[in-house]
Amino acid sequence: MNARRLRRRLVNGTMTALVGALSFVAVLALVLILGHLVAKGASSLDWNFFTKNPVPTGETGGGVAHAIVGSGIIVGLAALIGLPIGIGTGLYLAEYGSGRLGWVVRFVADVLNGTPSIVVGIFVWTWLVRPMGHFSAFAGSVALAILMVPMIARTTEELVRLVPHSLREAALALGYPRWRTSLRIVARTALAGILTGCLVAVARIAGETAPLLFTALGNVNFNTHIGEPMEALSLQIFQYATGPFDEWHRLAWASALVLMGLVLVLAILARWVLRSRHGAAR
Amino acid sequence: MAPPADGRVRLETQRLTALYGRRAAVKDVSILFPTHTVTAVIGPSGCGKSTFLRCLNRMHELAEGGWVTGKVLLDGEDIYDRDVDPIQLRRRVGMVFQRPTPFPTMTIYDNVAAGLRVNGRRPRAQLDAAVETALRRAALWDEVKDRLRHSALALSGGQQQRLCVARALAPEPEVLLLDEPTASLDPTGTQRIEELCHELKARYTIVIVTHNLQQAARISDYTAFFYLGDLIELGRTEQLFTKPSKEQTEAYITGRFG
Repeated sequence: MNARRLRRRLVNGTMTALVGALSFVAVLALVLILGHLVAKGASSLDWNFFTKNPVPTGETGGGVAHAIVGSGIIVGLAALIGLPIGIGTGLYLAEYGSGRLGWVVRFVADVLNGTPSIVVGIFVWTWLVRPMGHFSAFAGSVALAILMVPMIARTTEELVRLVPHSLREAALALGYPRWRTSLRIVARTALAGILTGCLVAVARIAGETAPLLFTALGNVNFNTHIGEPMEALSLQIFQYATGPFDEWHRLAWASALVLMGLVLVLAILARWVLRSRHGAAR
Repeated sequence: MAPPADGRVRLETQRLTALYGRRAAVKDVSILFPTHTVTAVIGPSGCGKSTFLRCLNRMHELAEGGWVTGKVLLDGEDIYDRDVDPIQLRRRVGMVFQRPTPFPTMTIYDNVAAGLRVNGRRPRAQLDAAVETALRRAALWDEVKDRLRHSALALSGGQQQRLCVARALAPEPEVLLLDEPTASLDPTGTQRIEELCHELKARYTIVIVTHNLQQAARISDYTAFFYLGDLIELGRTEQLFTKPSKEQTEAYITGRFG
């Protein structure tokens, strides 16, 4: 009897320690990445970094304003394209997707979710860049949007499914048409969660590099025209980090820190939206 | 089955059978619901009483595989007729569910106004008046008049249920269906809802499904006893509870099964 109890305790203790250690490793990765980025990049973050464009190779100074603005435009446009489609698809799947078509859409979304982003990049290059004859920020946005749609569709679907069936019935019993029930009652109830999913998706694609390589291409000049090649932070990091100059490496670290900070801010924002919405509802 | 025949008839079912796929949950039920009366539907779990109720506002057909045969006449018109729009119908037949279902993203005011807004825009003053009337009829006005703009989730369970009653009343339905409206409430909340039934029957025709026999005896004029999808007995409430004509009814109300 006592031996059994001892054994249980031992197993329990060992497993708890093991799981604890594993989660420590997981967190450690993030801490190390952040710490390293801050150590290498923070010293280069100054006013010039955010406001100046690159200077010719060999000179010091200059910044990545063009890449920050470019990332903003490319990701923003991608969100503009991807969010409505993704949310709409998710709503459809949750509310009407019990049939065959729903199954197909769900399957396609799952496959697309697992598609390597570089494949999406090549796809967009074939279907958009080549016919248009030149690289463009717009093509980059389309590539990122394609990556976003399945992510958002699936999270939206899951969150909409969480809305209690009784709410749907209450609305229908009140004389709500079905589409209005979906939009006014169900989607609105799940809104905080959907928004969180969108922010997470935006954060995920903000750092994507591969799909932009053959689409937005990159640009050493400041450009806000979406029909032309545009720089993005991730492309900038790729180019600077693989380049031969110390000055480039310095800027690459700083860019990486900014990109990481951006993602962190989005993640925190997502948490906050979820919390404040739920807090207000109590 | 002889239905009670006095007063005008608001609602009537004729040989109503409700099915899930090929399985009948309610079989061949004919009942008259006279205007301004409360009819209680009682019976053990799974006897089809909730399904029956859902046939009266065509909610049953929204369930997986749900369909019906027979007729349901509202003011003499078959609600299952081709020309009847179920959405319009549900605005004439209000429903309150077992658990309070306030819309969580809406304020108290918006919850009550929801059924009116879906019917088309109307002037603000008219909406205000309708919301107040509905809340007064649901005996909730005095408790919430100072916080109409607050979230409906801030209310207690009993208040939420009365809010749902107010929401159902706002579009001025003719019939009110209550599906075990007090099942999740404490005794005080239950009492308030029961009092409400008494007051509301002056204006509406009420059908209430309940598990609670005392409740049925307290608030209803007529009682229908269902068992395994069949309507076993229908009669004036005091008669059904004191001198039931069927053995099964007596067994159920004296607690021998169910």
